[in-house]
Amino acid sequence: MTEPSDTVLVVEDEAPMRRFVRSALTTHGFKVVEAGTLRDAEGLATESPPDLILLDLGLPDGDGLELLARLREWSRAPVIVLSARGREEDKVVALDAGADDYLTKPFGTSELLARIRVALRHARAQQRPDEPVLAVGPIKIDHARHEVHVAGTLVHLTPIEFRLLALLARHAGKVLTHRQLLHEVWGPRSTHQTHYLRVHMAALRRKIEADPARPKYLMTEAGVGYRLRD
Amino acid sequence: MSEDDRPDPDALLRAQAPGRARLKIFFGASPGVGKTYAMLESAARLKAEGTDVVIGIVETHGRVDTAALLDGLEVLPRKKIAYRGIELEELDVDAAVARKPSVILVDELAHTNAPGVRHPKRWQDVMDLLEAGIDVHTTVNVQHVESLVDAVSQITGVRQRETIPDAVLERADEIELIDLPPEELLDRLAEGKVYVPEQARRAIDNYFKRGNLMALRELALRRTAERVDADVQAYRREQRIRTLWPTRERLLVCIGPSPASEKLVRAARRIAEGMHAPWFAVHVEVTGAPPLSTEDRDRVEAHVALAETLGGEAVRLTGNSVAGAVLAFARERNVTRIVAGKPTHSRWRDRLRGSLLDELIRGSGDIEIHVIAPSEDLPARPTPEVAPREWTGYLRAFAAVMIATGIGVFAGPRLALPDDVMLYLFAIMLAALGGRGPGLVAAALSVAAYDFFFVPPRYTLHVAEVRHLMTFAVMFAVGTALGTLVARLRHAEEASLQRERRTAALLAFTTEVAAARDIADVAAAVVSHVEDAIAAPTVVLVPATDGTLSAAAGLQPLAENEMAVARWAHEHRRPAGRGTETLPSARLLAMPLWVGEDSTGVAAVQIERARRRIDLDARRLLEAIARQGGVAIARLRLAEEARAAALRMQAEELRSSLLSTVSHDLRTPLAIITGTASGLRDTATGDDREALDTIVDEARRLTKILENLLAITRVESGAAVKREWIPVEEIVGAALARCEGVLAGRDVAIHVDADLAVEVDPVLTEQLLLNLLENAAKHTPAGTPIEIRASRDGAGVAVEVSDRGPGLPPGPPEQVFAKFFRGPDTRTAGAGLGLAVCRGIAVAHGGRIEALRRDGGGATFRVWLPGGEAPEAPSEAA
Repeated sequence: MTEPSDTVLVVEDEAPMRRFVRSALTTHGFKVVEAGTLRDAEGLATESPPDLILLDLGLPDGDGLELLARLREWSRAPVIVLSARGREEDKVVALDAGADDYLTKPFGTSELLARIRVALRHARAQQRPDEPVLAVGPIKIDHARHEVHVAGTLVHLTPIEFRLLALLARHAGKVLTHRQLLHEVWGPRSTHQTHYLRVHMAALRRKIEADPARPKYLMTEAGVGYRLRD
Repeated sequence: MSEDDRPDPDALLRAQAPGRARLKIFFGASPGVGKTYAMLESAARLKAEGTDVVIGIVETHGRVDTAALLDGLEVLPRKKIAYRGIELEELDVDAAVARKPSVILVDELAHTNAPGVRHPKRWQDVMDLLEAGIDVHTTVNVQHVESLVDAVSQITGVRQRETIPDAVLERADEIELIDLPPEELLDRLAEGKVYVPEQARRAIDNYFKRGNLMALRELALRRTAERVDADVQAYRREQRIRTLWPTRERLLVCIGPSPASEKLVRAARRIAEGMHAPWFAVHVEVTGAPPLSTEDRDRVEAHVALAETLGGEAVRLTGNSVAGAVLAFARERNVTRIVAGKPTHSRWRDRLRGSLLDELIRGSGDIEIHVIAPSEDLPARPTPEVAPREWTGYLRAFAAVMIATGIGVFAGPRLALPDDVMLYLFAIMLAALGGRGPGLVAAALSVAAYDFFFVPPRYTLHVAEVRHLMTFAVMFAVGTALGTLVARLRHAEEASLQRERRTAALLAFTTEVAAARDIADVAAAVVSHVEDAIAAPTVVLVPATDGTLSAAAGLQPLAENEMAVARWAHEHRRPAGRGTETLPSARLLAMPLWVGEDSTGVAAVQIERARRRIDLDARRLLEAIARQGGVAIARLRLAEEARAAALRMQAEELRSSLLSTVSHDLRTPLAIITGTASGLRDTATGDDREALDTIVDEARRLTKILENLLAITRVESGAAVKREWIPVEEIVGAALARCEGVLAGRDVAIHVDADLAVEVDPVLTEQLLLNLLENAAKHTPAGTPIEIRASRDGAGVAVEVSDRGPGLPPGPPEQVFAKFFRGPDTRTAGAGLGLAVCRGIAVAHGGRIEALRRDGGGATFRVWLPGGEAPEAPSEAA
């Protein structure tokens, strides 16, 4: 799946960390560019736009979020945030600011590679027109007919449930924050009503999941949002 | 919309106030009409409908049929009061408030309480009950209504001492007239069915006359009809029907120190009531007039208070003349009628001083003037005692005249008669500086001496020529005029001095309080200034954080019963104790330190200890100081709160940045170890691979310990948890997903109702469940089942995680939640933080956690979290 020529920009101030990420990525066929400061990173990103950016938030010359904000003005390259801060609020802020995913240190190489692949695949999918039928695991979503099948059986969803599922499926594998989900499904004025979202997610799980208490697809990221596992 | 069309907002508020306790009055024309019976009957009906009715106090006076109605109704025990060797029973308000029924029956609203009870009157107890949100049913006879006292005493010849203010009657939400024709009442009386107190036996024949009863009945009917009328008016106001109200009447009554004023006030109220007009009771202080005697002043205050009880607005004016001030005020407030008293003094006084009534009528223009005659039997106004004059003034007058005479005699023929007159005039002038009395005395002496020594024939009092009489008259006139002028000036000066002193005292207080840095400073300032003004020991009480009052300044500690007065004043935000309507027999005056409608403390002035009475001026100053002090305390409180909030925020910021630094600095090396080792592992083989596996696993364990340490620091620092409604199912699902690895190969049974939700911090609660599951996995043999169960429990949800492992270690079960507690099997033990974190999180949510030994082997961890059923989300109508 990975295209060998993909360039990854690693923005990280700890040299040993950079070294480990570089070795993991190069072994798997990525080209790696490294930056230790915000300024270097911005220069490199403008010079030769990378396919993906791994961004550490705590940098010596500022917060990684500043770079993210500036980057998002002109680039759509996926950004995965790496941070040692484990707080959910920080994750939400980064995701809402336009990051595609979030990895809390420490993480293993397999975890890192899996996230990079998901992010790259999404970036490609964004450039293609929406497919009329979307399939995630056993879930098939037919946009034209507004129908959902799970393992071949037709499932009846309310309009809100359908929009929720379709949105999660379009970003399958990626965490969508509560705010993003509420904004897309309910509109810009409902972004604080997390409670509605939870109620509808619970209903959706009951229709999609075999055991709603042990979901296999509609995963909860506590304090952050939801993710459809692909 | 014209001004009159607009509904009075207060009236609307009154009409709409929900949740206000209701007052129902069973109203009768005289004793014996069956009010108590009717009240009990209605109570029995309410009881049958399931209303919580109790009897606060009801007298059956031994009547069997009435007593029969008491059956099946709960009767509150009465409060027993020992008074002069006899035991009196009164309504126990505190017990009633504690019992808090929906409806309480309180017989005889006009009853006067035994001394020593909180309020002198029962109707005040009833107000307390209503304030506590309890509906009250009560009984009243027409003769007890304050504004009808005069009318009733004219009918029956008996003056009623036990009265209730009309405002209480107006407060009633419902008045039921218990009507019995006089003939039937007389029959009942003859049959002995009417209770008459022993001491009233003699008056009974006079009272229960057919004529009297008819008149009283008419009065009661009229009063009730007025009330119905008022209800209709209220309805009109609500519906904005104003066609029948072309103009709005306003009434004004002039009051003074004369006892006749009391009747004037009552009459004014009656007229105002009839017209539904607001009314003012006006007292005018004439500038330069001699100050009122203490008794007069007290009477004026009593009249003012009476007007206020009767629902009038009391106004104090100052002016050069009573009529002028009254008319100016009347014009300003669009008064349409003025009520004044018929003069009781002689016509001569009016000729000399001018008549108030004449002036009023002359200047009234289109304002109507009502003149009310005083009652015949009124006690005459006691003539004010002549204040002891300064004798020196008279001595000086005498001396001045002597000297003038001496000079005249000594100079002999060198001075002509007119020169002698000038000498005497000079003497009179000097004497008049001492006031009107000395002026007059000097004038009289001068006339006598001048006549005797100088006017021919000399050395006799005989006057030969008429022109000398003129001289005498001039001398008198000068003496009187000068003396009066000086006296007036002096009074004016005294009054302005007093005002100045008051202003200065208040100014000094304000300045001191403005510089106060804490509440104790303000309290000390209040104490020192009140003690300066009143010369009575004073204590300032301020509520502590738990609301109990404690002394903040003042030397004389309060006795427990005095504290009770202060507490009452503070809680009801009204002055209490000596000189007020509440607990007037107390030995102190408790003045709340107001700020707007609220009270920030109490200034308790121990009047009796100083054997002082508080006059009006002192009281006004005290009130002003109380208000200023209250505002100052409120200001300091706000500042203190702001400071504390700022400190809390700083501490929070510091803690948060410390946590993120520590977590960053420890996570980064751990991340490098994990990452590098996992990278190497992917390509390694054999022993190397195993070693690298160990490195990765141990690094992860370290990370886990670090996370628990951070979590426990976070919950124990007291930072507020963010609460959201979350389905229990979702939290369980998220926690299970995170520990899929450790639970592999186990049978996990889940019994969680989909509707159950908890109001918690999602991240912390997931951590809690995760720790419980990992704990179960760690301490039980591989492959044994785990069960998760959630159920409603009171105002929350109990979540249980049960296993079939070896069970809890020996010892008290709660030891497992202690920090760094480790199980007996040290091979599997971590840092001993997992369960401590669970407890920390549960407690931070106001919940609890317990470890139980499970029937049939194993352990159950039971967490209680606030929640239940989540609030409804808007349904998907679209």
